[in-house]
Amino acid sequence: MEKKILAILEQRDGKIKKSSFETLSVAQHFASSLEMTVDAVVIGEKIENASDVFSYCNCNLVHFTHTDLQLYSSSAYKKIVVEYASQQGSEFILISNTSLGKDLAPRIAIGLNAGLVSDCTALNLNEKEIIATRPVYAGKALHEVKLNSQVKMYSLRPNVFKAVQLENKAEEKISTVAVENPDLSNRVKEIKRSEGKLDVAEADIIVSGGRGVKGPEHFVLIEKLAEQLGAAVGASRAVVDAGWRPHEDQVGQTGKTVSPSLYIACGISGAIQHLAGMSSSKYIVAINKDKDAPIFTVADYGIAGDLFEILPVLTEEIKKLKS
Amino acid sequence: MKIAVCVSHVPDTATRVKIAGDQKSIDPTGVSFVLNPYDEFAVEEALKTKEKFGGDVIVISVGGDQVKETIRKSLAMGVDEGVHLKTGEVLDSFAIAQALADEIKSLGCELVFMGKQSVDYDNGIVGQLTAEMLGYNSISVCVTFQLEGTTVTAEREIEGGKEIVETSLPCVITAQKGLNDPRYASLKGIMTAKKKVIQEKPVGSKPALVENLQLKMPVAKNPGRILGTDSSAVPELVKLLHEEAKVI
Ligand SMILES: Cc1cc2nc3c(=O)[nH]c(=O)nc-3n(C[C@H](O)[C@H](O)[C@H](O)COP(=O)(O)OP(=O)(O)OC[C@H]3O[C@@H](n4cnc5c(N)ncnc54)[C@H](O)[C@@H]3O)c2cc1C
Ligand SMILES: Nc1ncnc2c1ncn2[C@@H]1O[C@H](COP(=O)(O)O)[C@@H](O)[C@H]1O
Repeated sequence: MEKKILAILEQRDGKIKKSSFETLSVAQHFASSLEMTVDAVVIGEKIENASDVFSYCNCNLVHFTHTDLQLYSSSAYKKIVVEYASQQGSEFILISNTSLGKDLAPRIAIGLNAGLVSDCTALNLNEKEIIATRPVYAGKALHEVKLNSQVKMYSLRPNVFKAVQLENKAEEKISTVAVENPDLSNRVKEIKRSEGKLDVAEADIIVSGGRGVKGPEHFVLIEKLAEQLGAAVGASRAVVDAGWRPHEDQVGQTGKTVSPSLYIACGISGAIQHLAGMSSSKYIVAINKDKDAPIFTVADYGIAGDLFEILPVLTEEIKKLKS
Repeated sequence: MKIAVCVSHVPDTATRVKIAGDQKSIDPTGVSFVLNPYDEFAVEEALKTKEKFGGDVIVISVGGDQVKETIRKSLAMGVDEGVHLKTGEVLDSFAIAQALADEIKSLGCELVFMGKQSVDYDNGIVGQLTAEMLGYNSISVCVTFQLEGTTVTAEREIEGGKEIVETSLPCVITAQKGLNDPRYASLKGIMTAKKKVIQEKPVGSKPALVENLQLKMPVAKNPGRILGTDSSAVPELVKLLHEEAKVI
């Protein structure tokens, strides 16, 4: 029988997320190297951008639909995926390690008797075996592991694997399955959104402020720069603990782990717990008046000066560049 | 009601990691170990739940003899009983979850608190694995928790907001920072904890599902450039970000 990879996709508000296209690209890559075929599943009432899937991967897309499945239900999602993967005999299962993926992946692993490696930042082939790399000790070390189970599951850290478009879009193969009586014993009843805010976990650029910003009223400097860049606003724990910013903005070991393409740290010293959450960013800029601050050890570019003087000029320069 | 809380014993977050000679673990010399920060929230929520509804809180930890220290710390915070599931091996998440599930089942705990993640290996999966093995419901990464009769409601953090999740007992809850403010152990708590007996039970060995091949250090970054000490360096910074890094 033909060997199969299953990519589990995620929608929010009826749109398949960018991180799912990353997952599809990884699936496509392994499908070509290992001569396997790819199935993809997405669960939700309606999907607006299903056709985009085929720009990244030549696969069979199955859309499981039901009015009660627009919001996440761990019990229902698990059952649907476990049944489908068992039917297909999927051998490799890929999912993005988003908040939904983190919650769902271990449930599916148990349902399929699969081993799971969570939060992978690299998957490499050694003879036909997959060696997974994942950051441990908050990124201070890397762990290489392999799975000894028949069915193997990997969750992928968002923003690390590239979503690569195919040269020629693949043929659209979509089937829609109406789910009967989904198991809603565990379900999301409601989502409370932080209005108009870009989340640090999903942002491509982050501007973060630390104790050097001196008070919540001065965060407007950070916000203005972030606005120019289309960036999310992050914070160190010191400012979260002081109540200047909400916990959801905290970057670091006990906050969020982020890997944007650009991270601008302003008035942040670079304590080991902060570095743990952001040192995998592609480019790091530090603005700190202490030239010996540890943040400069991970920064690509730095200005060792006063953020109150520098940030307004930086915001202005970026505005000029964009216009 | 019997409430279980599962805790892990991990290096302090300020630890500078060095790889041991076997290339598979960290060198423990000079490393101080603590109760996993997220598990402090789990212990606190278990104690608060007991204060509200009555019952017993039992702390469980899987590992070598050193985990007793972390069990004691939980006892000092006010937990009633401790169980040490003893093993000399480094177990993978699946084996840890199996040991926890077996113990939770034999204790008959309907409500279980854990941390969202253990800050050593950062797997973030033991809570849901254990719940699935037990056939329990679970909600992960919770910042609020509410129990009414057998209905459990919790808010979990997601990208750009929070989800309000509803389910019912039996249930495993994994704690995120923000769930509560963990209490400090009182002197009296510390004294009583010393007298409490920690039950010790052996964990059988099982072939690892997740095989440890190698632990290594990440590639160190090249030291960056300090472009100046005031806003006169800004144009160069913007130019580099635009032309060299191509990120803006
Ligand atoms: C268990 C544990 C978990 C933790 N988890 C996290 C975590 O997830 N995230 C996190 O961030 N921290 C975490 N910490 C806290 C961490 O150890 C530091 O205390 C914290 O990161 C410091 O925040 P800061 O850099 O904003 O403040 P500080 O260390 O006080 O640094 C302020 C910096 O601002 C600079 N500065 C001051 N004025 C100006 C100015 N006008 N212009 C430019 N620069 C200026 C100073 O030179 C200084 O370097 C954790 C700690 C523990 C124990
Ligand atoms: N060895 C262990 N003993 C008891 N509980 C554990 C152990 N390892 C992990 N846990 C629990 O599972 C949670 C998640 O851990 P992990 O999946 O390893 O990141 C932790 O916060 C603990 O509550």
